[in-house]
Amino acid sequence: MSSFLLTGQASLEEKGMLSPKAMRLLPLHVMLIPPLVLLLIYSYGPIAGIYLAFEKFMPSKGIFHSPFVGLDNFKYVWELPDTKQVLLNTVVIAAMKIVLNLSAPIVLALLLNEIRIRAFKRAVQTIVYLPYFLSWVLLGGILIDILSPSEGIVNGFLQALGLKPIFFLGDPGWFRFTAVVSDLWKEIGFNTIVFLAAITNANPSLYEAAVIDGANRWKQTINVTLPSMLPIIVLVATLSLGNVLNAGFDQIFNLYSPQVYSTADILDTFVYRIGIVDTQYGVATAVGLFKSVISFLFISVSYFLAYRIANYRIF
Amino acid sequence: MVGRLSFSRKAFNAFNYGVLGLFSILSLLPFVNMLSLSLSNKSAAAAGLVKLWPVGLNLDSYRFVFLRHEFFTAFGISIGRVVLGTAISLLMTLLVAYPLSKESRAFPGRTLYAWAFVFTILFNGGLIPWYMTIKATGILDTIWALILPGAVQVFNCILLLNFFRGLPKGLEEAAFVDGANHVKILFRIFVPLSTPALATVALFTIVMHWNSWFDGMILMNSPDKYPLQSYLQTVVVKLNTSSFASIDPVQAKLLNQISDRTVKAAQIFMATLPILLVYPFLQKYFMSGIVLGSVKE
Repeated sequence: MSSFLLTGQASLEEKGMLSPKAMRLLPLHVMLIPPLVLLLIYSYGPIAGIYLAFEKFMPSKGIFHSPFVGLDNFKYVWELPDTKQVLLNTVVIAAMKIVLNLSAPIVLALLLNEIRIRAFKRAVQTIVYLPYFLSWVLLGGILIDILSPSEGIVNGFLQALGLKPIFFLGDPGWFRFTAVVSDLWKEIGFNTIVFLAAITNANPSLYEAAVIDGANRWKQTINVTLPSMLPIIVLVATLSLGNVLNAGFDQIFNLYSPQVYSTADILDTFVYRIGIVDTQYGVATAVGLFKSVISFLFISVSYFLAYRIANYRIF
Repeated sequence: MVGRLSFSRKAFNAFNYGVLGLFSILSLLPFVNMLSLSLSNKSAAAAGLVKLWPVGLNLDSYRFVFLRHEFFTAFGISIGRVVLGTAISLLMTLLVAYPLSKESRAFPGRTLYAWAFVFTILFNGGLIPWYMTIKATGILDTIWALILPGAVQVFNCILLLNFFRGLPKGLEEAAFVDGANHVKILFRIFVPLSTPALATVALFTIVMHWNSWFDGMILMNSPDKYPLQSYLQTVVVKLNTSSFASIDPVQAKLLNQISDRTVKAAQIFMATLPILLVYPFLQKYFMSGIVLGSVKE
């Protein structure tokens, strides 16, 4: 039997076919075929479709026969009156979210770490992590109801205090505040989990040494806990740089309305309205490409920095 | 904790429990308010009387939702996409993670493959080319439009890849000596050893599918093919839509107890329920998954 196998292999090699090592690796290549095909179609296909950004797309002519217009779509968007405001809204909302979604979880993780009653800690975590798992459709539906100026519980409470009702979602002056705070409500759990894990991984002997040196809990927090969290904080901060143009389509789309476009409209909602609602495919693709290129630069820089600073590798 | 606590420590503890307690209550309050609203009657809801407890307790809003087919049609489509989508996505994750978990020395070409996958998280074509591609493949308006474009989740692949790398190297060599090939090693040895990581990836995928709404809204031509979240987007969020289009006499009887608002609240709560049911598992596996995915060094 074994001699048969050996001769069989030898003959394969003689015929110039695959070596035993290559034969052994063949299944690895084959395994990758189905995911690669899907990736090629649904991820690289749209990348090739960026060609639309340089066309005056006409549905009757299709992608391949619509007239090529060079950079006209980009020029057209840049001259639209709203574009600069949309860009500003995007960066402002995204930046506020980045700062708040980084700093608040640090505080929450530190406070949770001081809780000694297990059940209380569990209960707080269970409640605070829940919104993270719900969609912006549901959370948006809830927010629209509770923040309603006429019927909502929040304005009911404000009025009971003798305050005037606030149009949290309908007043351009309030919208960003509402968006950033409600985003924190949903997202705070994620980074809190990450930071709590970093705290638990801190070296216990550092605390013992601090106690011997007479450090109280506050000093221990400042001199041991925070420094042990620092690499993770730096990592999370660096990686969040990639989100400078991600103001959160799912949230904004479900909360905004035409009367707050002046402060609420962001690149992604802008693309949606130009492309899907007005069917100006070429123009919408151009705006999308602008966002993709800038995001690509920021994500690449953030990964590079994360690699240099925290030795982080994607794979 | 033994011994006496200093005054400042006691003061801090009181403050800490107070702040965290208040924060939790504030975070939970919107859900409690919606639940009571869904159980309250129309006039109490309209008068803004409903706070944390139902006023005029009744189940008519739920009865109304149960009498209408739209909610459950959409619910069924969502269940379908979760089951089919998770199965396919999980298989794809395994097929990517296993080969790429090999060292470049052992698997030449591995780095090139890896970059092909990672590049897609760095750069994408944007909304319109994404839509045009899906349209061009002819799956628009079918369940496949909700499943195939997102079937390869690169972050999940990386998560599982890292888990595979933590498995003992000797396993694979021993299996090769016994005559196993890579396919057998993956499905007979790696998969059974990776249940925690696979559970995490499965949960990530289930929640992703359950919560997706935009793809359904864009890729399905008619609302009767919408998954639940897309359907809810049209009734709960969009302005000027009423749940009460085309009601029959049986449903009309419920109208003196319910309003658009209480019915919306009931639907929100019913869509939250499946997440609440898997929440204990989410807490168990998601935590480790998030940590495995982002804190690894």
